[in-house]
Amino acid sequence: MKLIVATIKPFKLEDVREALTEIGVRGMMVTEIKGFGAQSGHTEIYRGAEYAVNFVPKIKLEVAVSASMADQVIETISKTARTGKIGDGKIFVLDIGQAMRVRTGETNEDAL
Amino acid sequence: MKRLTKLGLGAAALAALPSLALAQDAAAPGFDEIGPYIMTTLLFCMAGFLVFFMAAGFAMLEGGLVRSKNVTMQMTKNIALYSFAAIMYWLIGFNLMYPGDGWIMAGWVGPFFSTTVLDPVGVAAADAALDYASIGSDFFFQLVFVAATASIVSGALAERIKLWPFLVFVIVLTGVLYPISGSWQWGGGWLSEMGFSDFAGSTVVHSVGGWAALAGAIVLGPRIGKYAKDGKVIPIPGSNLALATLGTFILWLGWFGFNGGSQLAMGTVGDVSDVSRIFANTNMAAAAGAVTALILTQVMYKKPDLTMVLNGALAGLVSITAEPLAPTLFGALWIGAIGGVIVVLTVPMLDKMKIDDVVGAIPVHLFAGIWGTIAVVFYNGEASIVTQITGIIAYGVFTFVASLVLWFILKAVMGLRVSEEEEIAGLDMSELGMEAYPEFSNA
Repeated sequence: MKLIVATIKPFKLEDVREALTEIGVRGMMVTEIKGFGAQSGHTEIYRGAEYAVNFVPKIKLEVAVSASMADQVIETISKTARTGKIGDGKIFVLDIGQAMRVRTGETNEDAL
Repeated sequence: MKRLTKLGLGAAALAALPSLALAQDAAAPGFDEIGPYIMTTLLFCMAGFLVFFMAAGFAMLEGGLVRSKNVTMQMTKNIALYSFAAIMYWLIGFNLMYPGDGWIMAGWVGPFFSTTVLDPVGVAAADAALDYASIGSDFFFQLVFVAATASIVSGALAERIKLWPFLVFVIVLTGVLYPISGSWQWGGGWLSEMGFSDFAGSTVVHSVGGWAALAGAIVLGPRIGKYAKDGKVIPIPGSNLALATLGTFILWLGWFGFNGGSQLAMGTVGDVSDVSRIFANTNMAAAAGAVTALILTQVMYKKPDLTMVLNGALAGLVSITAEPLAPTLFGALWIGAIGGVIVVLTVPMLDKMKIDDVVGAIPVHLFAGIWGTIAVVFYNGEASIVTQITGIIAYGVFTFVASLVLWFILKAVMGLRVSEEEEIAGLDMSELGMEAYPEFSNA
């Protein structure tokens, strides 16, 4: 089982959600985050004083899938979320040691 | 010009209108006899509730410019200060400010401990001050002005002051300081006798609030994290600019009552037409101040700053407040525009001096108030620049020094600031135990 963690631009969320649903992903977690990578910050002025805006709003997507689906999920997210400009985000893959569905008690692959 | 003295209940009216002495047998009084009283009383009531609504304007403006963790406190300060002002003005303030014949020190200090008494229920024309207005309307109209002064102080000192020392200051400001200095001009005191001219209160209301705020900001000190050790100014953006904008529009609305009501009469063609002139000029000055700030911040900072545009509109309003009647519309435009310039330039100036004014109250009310008082001489031929400056200095010295002393006393006796942890956690939790937006986690 793999946990796929992806940061994407917020306006891409709907497209990514639709594309993932089409390939059979049946759940995901979405968090609003701020972040930066190569897309470094800029300065703004508030009432005459400068301040640095280092962080840019992003969406963090987390999807738990069986290992066999992982590559397809990565491919889908990457293609759908790409704009070609800096700030498109990153995708990480973590191993899941255990999983359980709360309602039924099903474990591991049955819980995904 | 504000009313110089309050008249007694019956004597003056009877003397001026002998026909009413035979009220039992005479025909019903005509418009000439009672109309002006009715219209002026109406003006005071309506202008009064417009100025009352400025309390909502201040609350929204300040609430929008502070961080979410301090919003509940700011709301509490605003509703509490208004309410204390209302009570203090009944208890001491109104008669202290308008002594009539009751000066303790002629021209300088009126009677203390003289509560306000209204006209009796269903007052008869013969017993009313027919050349002016009802006591209730006069009292109500003046009351909402003193509340405005107190609101000015609450904005500048936001996000780090303890609630109760602030309210004690408001009690003294509204019960004693404002009425004494107000009596010098509108109560018929020494400044009005000298010819000082302040139609609706650029000095009497706005710069008084500004001086008190300045003294407080100096004694209180800046917010934690506002100024870095190397002198760099750290912006602390407000939590809700939509609320701040709403507040500004509400203040703009209330100002029609603030300036319009200060005509103090609406019973003749000339008077009611003057009220309409004042409405038009007041509106123009606000618009000019807003546009000037918009253009100036665009040019200076490459992007306009909404908070400066809001301040600019208010500074325009303050600038025209000393003489909203005499100028032409073009006059109101350039007077208001200079108010906008003043605000855009002095907000960063205060920061350079490490005086932390959260909402720009000092630039808007004190600096633009001084400008407005000086601007009177351009269109009001009876005013002189020397007298205007005398008034500005008199109010400045009295209010600033008295406020400074009061703030220091409060600091020694009660402490003014919350602790560092409380300030960082936010005044809502530390002073009130209550959040404004409990469903949202704080940054």
